Parts: sequence; C-alpha cells; structure tokens
Amino acid sequence: MSTDIFSGSYETTQGRVYTLSGGDWDSVLGAQTGERERIVVNMGPQHPSTHGVLRLILELDGETVTEARCGIGYLHTGIEKNMEFRNWVQGTTYVTRMDYLSPLFNETAYCLAVEKLLGITNDIPDRANTIRVLMMELNRVSSHLVALATGGMELGALTAMTNGFRDRELILDIFEMITGLRMNMAYIRPGGVALDLPNGVEKKIEETIKLLRKRLKDNYNLLVDNSVWTARTKGIGVLDLTGCMALGMTGPVLRATGLPWDLRKNQPYCGYENYEFNVITENTSDTYGRFLVRVREMNESLNIVEQALYKLKPGPVMVEDKSIAWPAQLALGSDGLGNSLDHIRKIMGQSMESLIHHFKLVTEGFKVPVGQAYVAIESPRGELGAFAVSDGGTKPYRVHFRDPSFNNLQAVGPMGEGGQVADIVAAVASIDPVMGGVDR
Amino acid sequence: MSENEIVNPNETPILKNVIKGAFGSSTQSGDTSGFGGLVTTISQTPSAQRPYGNYFDQIADALARALKEENLSFEQVVERVIIHADQLTFMVKKEHLLKVAQILRDDADLRFEMCMGVTGVHWPKEKDRELHAIYPFVSITHNRRVLVEVVTPDTNPHIPSITSIYPSNNWHERETYDFFGIIFDGHPALTRIEMPDDWVGHPQRKDYPLGGIPVEYKGAVIPAPDNRRNYHG
Repeated sequence: MSTDIFSGSYETTQGRVYTLSGGDWDSVLGAQTGERERIVVNMGPQHPSTHGVLRLILELDGETVTEARCGIGYLHTGIEKNMEFRNWVQGTTYVTRMDYLSPLFNETAYCLAVEKLLGITNDIPDRANTIRVLMMELNRVSSHLVALATGGMELGALTAMTNGFRDRELILDIFEMITGLRMNMAYIRPGGVALDLPNGVEKKIEETIKLLRKRLKDNYNLLVDNSVWTARTKGIGVLDLTGCMALGMTGPVLRATGLPWDLRKNQPYCGYENYEFNVITENTSDTYGRFLVRVREMNESLNIVEQALYKLKPGPVMVEDKSIAWPAQLALGSDGLGNSLDHIRKIMGQSMESLIHHFKLVTEGFKVPVGQAYVAIESPRGELGAFAVSDGGTKPYRVHFRDPSFNNLQAVGPMGEGGQVADIVAAVASIDPVMGGVDR
Repeated sequence: MSENEIVNPNETPILKNVIKGAFGSSTQSGDTSGFGGLVTTISQTPSAQRPYGNYFDQIADALARALKEENLSFEQVVERVIIHADQLTFMVKKEHLLKVAQILRDDADLRFEMCMGVTGVHWPKEKDRELHAIYPFVSITHNRRVLVEVVTPDTNPHIPSITSIYPSNNWHERETYDFFGIIFDGHPALTRIEMPDDWVGHPQRKDYPLGGIPVEYKGAVIPAPDNRRNYHG
C-alpha cells in the first residue's frame, strides 16, 4: 500500500472511495477493483493546460470523459464590491484588471455604461471614439494572439506559442508608447480617453501592421494544414448553433457555427458603423473553426486599425463638460504616466480656482444621475456586458460585468463529454477563457 | 432624461434609499457645516408613458398579446415599464417570471433567443423590495434588447429559476445566489460559485462590510475604503 499521507480510502454508501495523488495503480488498489469502478480526476487549478486557474473535475471511463465539470472562483478578487467604494473614474482602474487580456474592452464597456447614465453618449468627441476603436482593435489582435499562443502550447505546438507571444509584444509596445503601460492601463475614461496620442505613434502603428500582416500569415501557414494540428482540432469540442443559443455563447464560438452575430455590426457603438469590415464565420462548429475565425478576425481588425488611423483628425479627446472631464493633463515621464508638470505649476502657482476644481473633481469625483444601464460590446471572447447602477452619488452603487468567459465556460461539459481527456484541453483552449474575467 | 420620464400622477413613487448628511459631515466628528442635516431621497424611476418610441412599443404590444392568449393581462404581470438610458425595462412580478421568459423566448414577434445572465442589486431601505434581479435579453432575429427586473423581499428571497428555459443562466443564478442570497427555486444545483462552499454571508449585499484596515503613511493614517469620507448628497 501507499505510504502517502494525502492518500487514503474510506467507506461510503456508494462503495469504497480512494483518494490518490499518484503512484502505481496496482500497488495502490491491489486486487480490490469492484464491479462499478468510477474514476474522478481533478485537473487543476494549478495545471499548465487549463488556461489559468481553472479546475476541471473529470469523471473518466478509461480515456473517455463521461462527465466534465468546472470549478471556478480561484481568482475571485471582489472587484465589483471594491468599486462601490471608489469614485466613477477610479472604477476604470478596477475593471481593466478583470479580463486582463482585453483591458481596453473592459474599460470601454464600463465607460459606455457610465456615459449612458450621464447622458453624454453623443457628446464624446470623434477623435476619442476613433482612438477607442483603434486601441480596441489592436487589443483584439493581441488577445487573439494569446488565445492562439496558449491554445497552441496546450496542444503541444510550442512554435505557435513563441510566435504568438512575440507578435503580441509588438502591440504591447504600442500600448506602452500611448498609455505608458503594457496592460491594465485605465486609458479609456468616462467622457473620452486619458490623453491624446503621442507624436510618431501613427508611423509606429503602420510599421507594426505591416510586420504583423507578414507574421500572421506565417503563423497561419504554420498551423492551417498541419496534420498534427488538424488531427487535434477538427471535429473536436463541437457545439452547434442550437447549443450555442441555449448556452448564451457569443464571440468566435458562435461565429464558428456560421451565424454572423457581431455587436460591432449589429448594434454598433463608438462609431463602428463607419468602418468597413467583414464578420468572419466558419461552419464547422469545432475547435478548428474557432481557430480559423480568430486568425481571420485578426486581419479584419488590422484593416479597422488602418481605417481608424486614416480617420484620425485633430481635436479634443475628452468631453467639453468641465464637471466631468478630468482636469489634469497627463504627461508621459521617464517613470511612466503622471500629472503634467505644466498643469501642476498652473494650479499651484497661478490659479486658485483651477486648484479647487482639480481638488474637488479628483477627491470627490463627479455625480452620476440615478438610474441603471446595461451596455454590451463585442470583446474578443464575445458579448461583454457592463451593468452600472447609480444612486446619484459620486461612486457606483453597483457594477456588474457579464463576462463572456464566465458564461462560455459552461460549455466545457457539452463540448468535452464523450471525448478523450486530451480533447477537453483542446475544447477549453478554443473557448479561450480568461480567469481574471471569469472570477472578477 | 428623455420626455418619456414624466411622473405618472396615478403612481405612488417607490422610495429606494434615504441618505442623510452630505460631504461626510455625518461621519466626521462635530458637524459645524450644517450639511449633516441634508436628506437626499432616491426613488424608483417612474413608469414610461406610451408611445415608448424606438422598437419598444412593438415589444410591449407583442408581450401583451401573448399574455392575453394565456388569459393574463399586461398590468397583472408587468408592474412597471421603465424607459431609461435608451433601454426598455419590464418590472415583472416574480410569480409570472417563468411565463414571461417562456414568451420572450418562443413568441415569433419577440424571439429573445439568448438571456445574458442575471445579476442582483441590493436596496436595503426599499421596504419589502430589497432585492432586485435584472435579466438582460437579446434577440438575434430582431436585433433587439430588453431588460427584465424582478423584485423580492429580504424576508422571502425566492425567485423562480429560468434555467429550464434559458440553460445559460445556470452559472449566473449561482453567482447571484452566492453574492446576494437570492434563492432561485428550481435551479438544478444552486451552490456557491465564486466564494468557497463554506463561506458565511453574501458579499455583494450592502449590509456586508468591505473590510480593510487603516494604513499609515508618513505619519498620517488613511482609513479603510469603507470608512472614508463619502461625498454623496
């Protein structure tokens, strides 16, 4: 018998239950195999192929998964509760940390909800909207690159991983140049964006797009007809349109069933109706189809970024209303983004009223009229909904995020049951859950 | 504020919250400002009047027709119709929630194929209507959205589960139970989802403290976030 102190067995009404953490099957169980042998394997939350701290509870019959359940909550940080004790602008620094691979989408969804409550949706300057679209589409590419990279790694395609992370770094460099941060930038604020684009960024984006187009093509060619890749993904993790509807699936999983549902097209926001792009669909409903949707979507996103660059006209990036617009002009220093020294000089040395205004808006924040709003946008993973409730104060009364990863993880069972253990890994990777968003 | 938000003279306003004092004057020692005497009241957004505008009338008409086929009147089922921030909300009585969900999904003029989950809001001072559950629905066929809001008292926090109609709500209802203590009757396995199984309390309720400790920085003490000055009012 095993001498492992974490192992043991006990009698239940269902028969004897053994808890094992490894070892030779025969030496542990001996000859005591009963007629109804069920094996429940706990996979994760610390496991390299569960896409983060996701815990899978698999019931196995040999290599076949007969039942798959998810255990989540390992990354719950109480972001929604914390936001109720900070002002509306501070909320952006919280929501950006939810789904950490698509921070700009979280910020945009939240800001659109706050702007709805403020009634200033139509007052957002064009330049701010264009910058939002530009940033979101770059973010979509970087997020899909991680989806392919981690998905590839989980299926053993390590080159896909190194390539994906290498290319994502190019986009993070642009984010760093614009916002001072690679992730969690709190760049999009209620009323507009935190600061205007720096000089020379347009040129850098153009160069990056050129390089990315070439590299995306290489990545695509690496996998698209790769016999190992297709064997691991074709016909795996199938969820058809009916299943997607019943489980509220959106994003690439839904579009891989052939339904062209994309909120950017169907219910446009931030001026998406002014851009030309295709909604990518496939009709295989499997992991391979979702891979193709993501790859082709990245090219469409790059097209949108190019159009956004063309549309950029000089102008303000924040609403005119001085009772909402952040008073401080931010500047990028050697140590990151901070208050502009010119602004500090003015409020401290020249204008008492500016100082009072700055102080009031930064410490108290602005008031948002009583009401509640649900705003949904198309994040890389599907419908990202921000639900905001105000009681008329300077802090949110309640904020809730309908995160697509949270909802879509419910499909792990239907996608993976009846398949093999290794296929569960492929199915989870094709959903592309981000646990920061799932647990919030 | 749109012109739809005219107060209906026949409607009694529902008080949602009462806040005393402003600028934190009631929490600080020695209120010399007089702001401590300020009282702010928050009421439920009043009902909208016809025509609702946009596609909202079509949804309301279709729902009324479908309810009539079930021998129910619109007023019996829908407590209030609210139009706020460009969106339509039906406040549905909880005993009729299942019927409404079934109609929203199946009626050809409605066809809300997907329910985007449910979440709660806790209004501890709204007597016998403390817990609100909000369901966003989306119709792919008609490209429309609608919100359904259900109210239940703290003393009887039961709402029927709509997982039999919208299976996607399984986890969302578990989350709302976990955070607010709303019990969704008929849910296949209503257990905690984010908090540990043996957790006590429901953290998103307003009577559940945020926690935290005061922090000293260069001789000054900064209180925990839930004890800081509040600028409401």
